[in-house]
Amino acid sequence: MKTDQLIAAMAADAETTEMPIGRTLWLAFAGGLLVAALIFFMDVGTRPDLASALSSPLFLFKCLLTVSLLVSAMGLVWHLARPGAVPIAWVVALCAVPVALAGAAIAEMVIIPPSGWEHVIFGMNWRVCAFLIPLLSAAPLIALILALRQGATSYPVLAGAAAGLLATGIGATLYATHCQSDSPLFVAVWYVIGTAIVTAAGALLGARLLRW
Amino acid sequence: MRAAIGGDQASYRQLLESLSHSLRAATRRGFAQAGAALNDVEDVVQETLLAIHLKRHTWNSDQPLGPWVRAIARHKLIDSLRRRGRRIEVPIEFVMDTLPAEEPRDNLDRQDAERLVNGLRGRQQAIVRAISIEGQSIREVAQRMEMNEGAVRVALHRGLKALAAMHQKADGE
Repeated sequence: MKTDQLIAAMAADAETTEMPIGRTLWLAFAGGLLVAALIFFMDVGTRPDLASALSSPLFLFKCLLTVSLLVSAMGLVWHLARPGAVPIAWVVALCAVPVALAGAAIAEMVIIPPSGWEHVIFGMNWRVCAFLIPLLSAAPLIALILALRQGATSYPVLAGAAAGLLATGIGATLYATHCQSDSPLFVAVWYVIGTAIVTAAGALLGARLLRW
Repeated sequence: MRAAIGGDQASYRQLLESLSHSLRAATRRGFAQAGAALNDVEDVVQETLLAIHLKRHTWNSDQPLGPWVRAIARHKLIDSLRRRGRRIEVPIEFVMDTLPAEEPRDNLDRQDAERLVNGLRGRQQAIVRAISIEGQSIREVAQRMEMNEGAVRVALHRGLKALAAMHQKADGE
């Protein structure tokens, strides 16, 4: 087949178009969020003292971190779904999240004497945390990877990792309203481990599934 | 491209034709720089055009078309050079010396693409063949094969997707 003939076939196919990638991503985001929220409210639930926690600065800081992760990862995924480079602003926004967390964790380590660190880090439910964040992030991750397959990323591994970060943004935000440990040090250890697991899974899936 | 996404076949065809010229030039340059044999150039041009066609829903219509096309072309060029890595045997000086004044592409693009079309399954192959090589319209194909036009459209679209997938596999051998 000559190139001109191939062009004729593609022109004849002009009317068959896929859904714009932005809409596909929104559907995946909404679907993943819905499944994660269902699992969360049926099997996990919010902490009993949620109302009073809302006035705790550390709790609000924790939620601010997970929501910032969600929003900045979303910006990255939406750009990485299309061919071409990613605006640096979104990368900076994403990097601000761990920087803020690390700053808060270091401040806490200065305030609390070293003998108290262990108690803070192995707060009441660290096992639950390391397990539930990946669990709640699984459905969003799968939905986002499937949506990204409709896209055309120039960076499959990065796109998969960004999908992992966005999925964690969803999972960790939900989980943050259950978890009663608001200490930045606790978040810096266990939330970060959960995030790393999901992000690594996303990167692996991306490397395998997002090439085109 | 806007007209094409709206389904305007004639302007879409024009766009693809003009893109194919610049893609061919860019791919030749890329291959020459990498020291790759030039007889696969047309193959990459076709693969890139297919990608542009099948991924056009990732173009944001608020943005200019050029950077998006270049990003796809770059991706496909690098990808194909990487896949052909083991087959790069011709030193660049040799390529420069033998760069033909005229493009002998008429013969070069036929065998590979022919092999790819042959890889399509029965009905898909017949439909892609009829519309591309024989230049028939969807309606003509539908009448001749006693199918409805929608089914022909679906088969054509899937056929093009299958071709794109085969490009990747064929080179990865």
